[in-house]
Amino acid sequence: MEAIAKEASIKGGEFIVRETEAEEIFIPEEFSEEQKMMAAATQDFINQEINPNISRMDNLEEGFMSSLMEKAGQLGLLGVTVPEEYGGLGMSFNTGMLIADIVAAAGSFSTAYGAHTGIGTLPILYYGTEEQRQKYLPLLASGEWKACYCLTEPDAGSDANSGKTKAKLTEDGKHYLINGQKMWISNAGFADLFIVFAKIDDDKNLTAFLIEKSFGGITMNEEEKKLGIKGSSTRQVFFNDCKVPVENMLSERENGFKIAVNVLNVGRIKLGCGVINGCKYVTTLATNYANERKQFGVSISSFGAIQTKLANMAAKTYAVESASYRAGQDIEDLISSLKEEGLEPAQAKLKAMEQFAIECAIIKILGSEVLNYIADEGVQVYGGMGFSEEAPMARAYRDARITRIYEGTNEINRMLLVGMILKKALKGEIDLLGPAMAVGKELTSVPSFEQPDLSQPMAQEKDTLRKLKKSALMVAGKAAETFGPKLNDEQEILMHIADMLIEIYAAECVILRTEKLMSRYSEEEAKLYKDMTTLYLFDAVQKIKNHGDEAVACFATGDELKVLLMGMKRFTKTEPVNTKELRRSIAGKMISVNKFPYTLY
Amino acid sequence: MKILVCITHVPDTTSRIAFTDGNTKFDKNGIQFIIGPYDDYALARAVELKEQHGGSITAINVGEAETEPTIRKALAIGADEAIRVNAHPEDAIFVAKQIASVAKGGDYDLILMGRESIDFNGGQVHGMVGEILGIPSISPVMKLDIEGNTAKVTREIEGGKEYLEIEMPFIAGCQEPIAEWKIPNMRGIMSARTKPLNVIDPTGDNPMNVVEVFEMPPAKSGVKLVEPDNLEELVKLLKTEAKVI
Repeated sequence: MEAIAKEASIKGGEFIVRETEAEEIFIPEEFSEEQKMMAAATQDFINQEINPNISRMDNLEEGFMSSLMEKAGQLGLLGVTVPEEYGGLGMSFNTGMLIADIVAAAGSFSTAYGAHTGIGTLPILYYGTEEQRQKYLPLLASGEWKACYCLTEPDAGSDANSGKTKAKLTEDGKHYLINGQKMWISNAGFADLFIVFAKIDDDKNLTAFLIEKSFGGITMNEEEKKLGIKGSSTRQVFFNDCKVPVENMLSERENGFKIAVNVLNVGRIKLGCGVINGCKYVTTLATNYANERKQFGVSISSFGAIQTKLANMAAKTYAVESASYRAGQDIEDLISSLKEEGLEPAQAKLKAMEQFAIECAIIKILGSEVLNYIADEGVQVYGGMGFSEEAPMARAYRDARITRIYEGTNEINRMLLVGMILKKALKGEIDLLGPAMAVGKELTSVPSFEQPDLSQPMAQEKDTLRKLKKSALMVAGKAAETFGPKLNDEQEILMHIADMLIEIYAAECVILRTEKLMSRYSEEEAKLYKDMTTLYLFDAVQKIKNHGDEAVACFATGDELKVLLMGMKRFTKTEPVNTKELRRSIAGKMISVNKFPYTLY
Repeated sequence: MKILVCITHVPDTTSRIAFTDGNTKFDKNGIQFIIGPYDDYALARAVELKEQHGGSITAINVGEAETEPTIRKALAIGADEAIRVNAHPEDAIFVAKQIASVAKGGDYDLILMGRESIDFNGGQVHGMVGEILGIPSISPVMKLDIEGNTAKVTREIEGGKEYLEIEMPFIAGCQEPIAEWKIPNMRGIMSARTKPLNVIDPTGDNPMNVVEVFEMPPAKSGVKLVEPDNLEELVKLLKTEAKVI
């Protein structure tokens, strides 16, 4: 049985103006026994099939990745969220997230897996006709066929709609002839089905097509020589008069860009979530090494400098995990509500994803940057060994890097997420104006000396969070007021605002998860989580202050700037924290269990 | 063919072992529990034999309610039903009596289990069950094939292997490479919740062991490396530190 979906309570992007109770959010500790068993089985698959064969995978041994995908298909891992009528398991959105989380520790396989189950399968599920779904989804869910997604072109990366690949209807009206070049196509080397975006005639927008390899007219370059994820097949794909039956157009003409954008929302959150087990694996390896490696006669894990790294790795992973599953369940709840309102399941999923596109972008950025931080510190803990290909850290470091680039670069995602919030405010979907004006008023009045009721759990932290939200509203509100629609051209400021929002969302998820755990665990058991929360929040406050200060100085001057900087100071004022003790406590736990400090599955 | 597979619920092999209550109880805090790895081989072979010959698999565990997730994993891997004898598995004879009691009424052709559990590593239960039921017990079994009512068994013995033919029913304590561990597939996991898991009371037998105290082995000191040409130093260390000569 899965964790039960409840009625949708929060709207996408609303976190910035809404106070959420701990009981309203889902935490991964609440996964059912069945979901946990699925996670454990996925880990078994990695341990048995992938870990002993890393070099075969990374050397791109002919047929190896393809056979791994088939084995994953036999276990049911490729169709977790595909409905049962199309050969899948019909599990919830968050179960799909959970499997992506675990697969994250499988290096290149996780890219092949993500490309196949996400951008390779979902367009058909969401936009396919019944015939297209019946024909292709069972083949993809079982792993008999492998899919790839062909959007990017040499001159059309982040600006995907500018692609030059063309589709032309044949004279008899039965086929389209596709011509063009795609690049950075994951799974291309072994894919049986290509989801290709092209422009029909002189259309402004893309149209999507489902192209079977057997249609012919498809050629490829050699495998790309990449920095990391070396085991993932990545090729340029050329379409030369590739003849596609008209019934293989996906959705409507010129609807391709919308498909691409909406499917990428799912890809983003899954990618963000799909780093967690990788973070835990690297953290565990670093802890093992720090315990084993002796210098000056003692384990290096006894050094504060190393403990600092270990504790940071754990706290940051805790944050990505908290945010991923909270957002995952919020999406799941909205899907359920929309289905109850009579929306077709695929449409309900699409609409829910669109609603939470802001959170999807936040989690993609947060997850990928935490993974990169952890891989980098993992190398550092290993010292010289970290730089050697003999140890696993070098591979982790290389593999992590791509996550900041694909599924929309983190820069594009940062700008998108601020743009989306402002758009929602303009449309009246979330009330930013009221709270932003209230913050403005507060700025020019005497500061409140009201203290939070410290007898309530996490009261201090929640008070800090409330103020952090005010700081973001102040900066975003003032920037919007200053630039109007031209704010879109102020990328530097958008990036600062995005960073503030990311840290606020992550901090809120961490605080609420810990509060929920405190109500279930003894004080002693909850200490680890409380420590990680205090540490994360402390770090988040510093970052938010820096970004806020920088952002306002980019557009305000004189007295206005002074008032805004004073506001930043007021809204980021916190109690002092002894981070040394916090980190020692978290790392102490890790050193004693010799791994990531807690186990969920 | 009816197969009874005995499952232990044991700490994950990477667990850090600690004790509580004045070193009289195992500290379960933060410990992940798994199906005993040797039992996992037994279960995997049972699933293969069922695929070849038909029949049914019953998984049995002697344990308290906390073991049910482990039992359901056995159901997810391929057991058709499960029995949990609701008692703490105090010692080998207690567990053996519980298993024998269930087996007596079950008319099983084969009783498979691991060569030993990996918590106390006693390796006694299969022999005891065989003795109580009056049927043969073989361990450690590396290969097991069935033809008609006869089994061909390869057993590991000191310095070699022993090849046996044996009529069913009998008991086998299994080890690698009898089968490869099976990962439960997602459908198996989903169907596990609808398979019967019957909880029964233990027999009235009492355990024979009482734990007074657990003691951890002394921490190992580091390895000393001696240069190959420094035989004098080696001899001295063997005499004075290792005290083996």
